[in-house]
Amino acid sequence: MSLSAKDKTIVKALWAKISPKTEDIGNEAMSRMLYVYPQTKTYFSHWSDLTPGSAPVRKHGKKVLGGIGLAVEKIDDLFAGLLSLSELHAFQLRVDPANFKILSHNILVVCAMLFPVDFTPEAHLAMDKFLARLALALSDKYR
Amino acid sequence: MEFIGQLPPLFLRTIGQTHLAEIHGRRPRRPYLNICPVLKPQDTMVKWTAEERAAIEAVFASLDYESVGRESLTRLLVVYPWTRRYFGGFGNLFNTEAIMANPKVAAHGTVVLQGLEMALEDMDNIKKTYASLSELHSEKLQVDPGNFQLLGDCLTVVIATRMRTEFTPVIQAAWQKFLCVVVAALRRQYN
Repeated sequence: MSLSAKDKTIVKALWAKISPKTEDIGNEAMSRMLYVYPQTKTYFSHWSDLTPGSAPVRKHGKKVLGGIGLAVEKIDDLFAGLLSLSELHAFQLRVDPANFKILSHNILVVCAMLFPVDFTPEAHLAMDKFLARLALALSDKYR
Repeated sequence: MEFIGQLPPLFLRTIGQTHLAEIHGRRPRRPYLNICPVLKPQDTMVKWTAEERAAIEAVFASLDYESVGRESLTRLLVVYPWTRRYFGGFGNLFNTEAIMANPKVAAHGTVVLQGLEMALEDMDNIKKTYASLSELHSEKLQVDPGNFQLLGDCLTVVIATRMRTEFTPVIQAAWQKFLCVVVAALRRQYN
């Protein structure tokens, strides 16, 4: 399910609205992932505080959304653009790729909450496709 | 291998389950349950806390069934276009504008929300409530049950646009659990 030119335009337009709120959105999405899907907490047992909105969660949410911002810049060649992040996730972090889907779902929920008018069905479609493709690129180096 | 049958059952259970559960630290996984927040495969009955019941009732109370139903089904047909295969009799579903204006989509969206509301009547017997709907979807409509998850996701997104910050992580957790239980009940009669 590759990204059409229209999908890319929509994603970039939506990202222009999202990028000023990277930290808040990252925090919301990560918090919800850890709270609603507690199996995801297993990757963060080294943090002092895994409750929604805590300092480590907020900081990491910002980092993750920053990574997604990078992917938006490299949207024309995600596999090449995310190569080093894919290696990081494959060899060091070893996050089960099933969890990318969970975080993607929560990012969509937060987008819907914060931008109810801009997050039209087409925007929903484009973001869902983009995040799925991003997850695929991120898991490229796994095996 | 024969000696295993001679070991007392209690010992087998001890070495087989407790030890592995300790090593792995959590319940064993099944693919679709990965997306479900808190269900354990060995539970025979889903338990709801008072807070979870209240959260789910709060979500339903806040919804305009017609508006939310229409938008959820519209999103399903736009975001996951292969789902249009099940709505051949609905007329024009060729693009977003057509889907959003389609009166059959609107009507059916309301039907879906009313169907979900049925679960509230007896939250402790959701499997029983959906037995006939499960049979309908599997035998007559022949819907791939993977699509139930997709519609649930679209509905969650629409609820988020309506409730906004009131859709807290606590409410979302109860809601996602509710969707998992309903989806599992709808999958039950498939064979």
